[in-house]
Amino acid sequence: MSAHSEPIALPAIRRRVLPALRNWTEREDVFSWLMILPPMAFLIALVGYPFVYGIWLSLENRPVAQPGTFIGLGNFFSDFRDPTFWQVVQNTFVYTGAATLLKMVGGLGLALVMNQAFPMKNLVRAVLLLPFIVPTVLSTIAWMWILDPSFSVINWLLVHGGIAARGPSWLGNPALAMASLIVVNTWRGLPFYAITLLAGLQTIPPELYEAATIDGASALDRFRYVTLPLLKPVVFIVTMFSLIFTFSDFQLVYVLTRGGPANATHLFATYAFDIAMSGGQFGLGASVALAMLPPLALLIVALALYLRRA
Amino acid sequence: MVEAGGWQVRAMRLWLPLGFFLIFALFPFYWMAVTSLKPNQELYNPQVMPLIVHHPTLKHYVDLLGETDFLTWTWNTMLVATVSTAISLVFGVMLAYPLARMNFPGSALVSFAVAATYLVPQPLLFIPMAEIIERMGLGNTLTSVILTYPTLLIPFCAWLLMGYFKSVPRELEDAARIDGASRLQTMFLVFLPLCKPGFISAGIFAFTLAQNEFLYALIFLTDTSVRTVPVGAIAELIRGDVFYWGQLMAAALLGSIPVAIIYSFFVEHYVAGLTAGAVK
Repeated sequence: MSAHSEPIALPAIRRRVLPALRNWTEREDVFSWLMILPPMAFLIALVGYPFVYGIWLSLENRPVAQPGTFIGLGNFFSDFRDPTFWQVVQNTFVYTGAATLLKMVGGLGLALVMNQAFPMKNLVRAVLLLPFIVPTVLSTIAWMWILDPSFSVINWLLVHGGIAARGPSWLGNPALAMASLIVVNTWRGLPFYAITLLAGLQTIPPELYEAATIDGASALDRFRYVTLPLLKPVVFIVTMFSLIFTFSDFQLVYVLTRGGPANATHLFATYAFDIAMSGGQFGLGASVALAMLPPLALLIVALALYLRRA
Repeated sequence: MVEAGGWQVRAMRLWLPLGFFLIFALFPFYWMAVTSLKPNQELYNPQVMPLIVHHPTLKHYVDLLGETDFLTWTWNTMLVATVSTAISLVFGVMLAYPLARMNFPGSALVSFAVAATYLVPQPLLFIPMAEIIERMGLGNTLTSVILTYPTLLIPFCAWLLMGYFKSVPRELEDAARIDGASRLQTMFLVFLPLCKPGFISAGIFAFTLAQNEFLYALIFLTDTSVRTVPVGAIAELIRGDVFYWGQLMAAALLGSIPVAIIYSFFVEHYVAGLTAGAVK
């Protein structure tokens, strides 16, 4: 570029190119996509890419710090022949089903109780949400001590209340360990259910209850024919959320039992973690994690479509 | 819904169940506090009535703050949660504003993708993510979690903000456009200042989610100087079969307090955010 072409070129850019560019970025579709591209690129790089890469990993035999070899569906066939894998499948379904049911029933109960008028209601609501906002690992530490084999406070109460000669080992017995995990998960998730359902209850117009009462409906009838049908969409969404995040739970099991005793409480996430991080078999671990996908995908797509429509 | 019936009915319907739920919800926190104040000889003596503290001591707190890196973990947790929340709010706005306000080709697909990303649970991604972070040379750096936490928070913030944005009337923006403001000016100078409550809701929620994160921190951060509170407590206050129960409880309580304080200031915003997705 010669020395005096510059003073001629710059005003030309200012006069013609910049306004054109400005007009272009003012277009609704262009502006939208320019806005969306950076976060989209970020999410594709750190969610989309790892997801696809995880599928690739699951098709490889890949011991830690070594190059992988492609083995097709070999990892999945190993999973299906592994009795522990089937135990994990069963554990995950029991855990998810029982915890979700307890949260739903308990949450609805608490929401109905909270839907009455009483003093300091907002304070009570705030306090009841504490289990949900405190970091899970930290509150689980308290539960670990509550369920401790030698110093469990529940056992102390059982023994000194004259209910049992000696308390059970809550986390040492397979069935009790699973039951304990379900209770702790319920403890943490129930407030979310209750507060959301309470918000749903408060959107039901009181006139409906008055009309039903005038028509001679009993309290039970009003619950069945007014409350439940109107609460259904909220129950649906909360239940889907709860199913997705209970099904893929990791923290609680990792802290309380590490999947023991004898794999009785391993879930997909903790088992995949054990194989990949402790066992160093990334490919096999990725295949266990991906085995979660079919049921999860159904839930995720159903809920994502529902949320988008609403 | 006021019904006839005396105090017995009210006790059965309200106070009894409410009392049960309150005890159930709060007992673990009471237990944290009580345990953290007990001297070891009381803590490990099955003959002592455990429900109250007989000889309170601050020894476990002193040990926790003096002998472990708890303060470093707290600083790391706060830093990571704050930065990733800020990143997520910015990116969340960039997604939510066009989705809430504009018509453009592909908007249906983008909003579905955001909802789906919100719901993809971490355990599906952590194994490939561990390798990616390793390959990028980010193992044992706070950058690794600052970079990955927003993947959990952005879709959530975008979703919540979208709902909030839709509830703000359009007239002011239309007026600004007619007065010749550009789209960017309209967004920054007219629209976003109206949305402070939405930002507080999304910010508080994202902040508590970031404080709660455990899996990525557990995998990426193995050095004590970069650990967050949950990972530090689990990895360093439990050594093999030895549990430092007093210190564990002190750490659990101290680690919960910042979240609880911030939450208590913004309960209404938090509840609004919590229920925004489901009720409307």
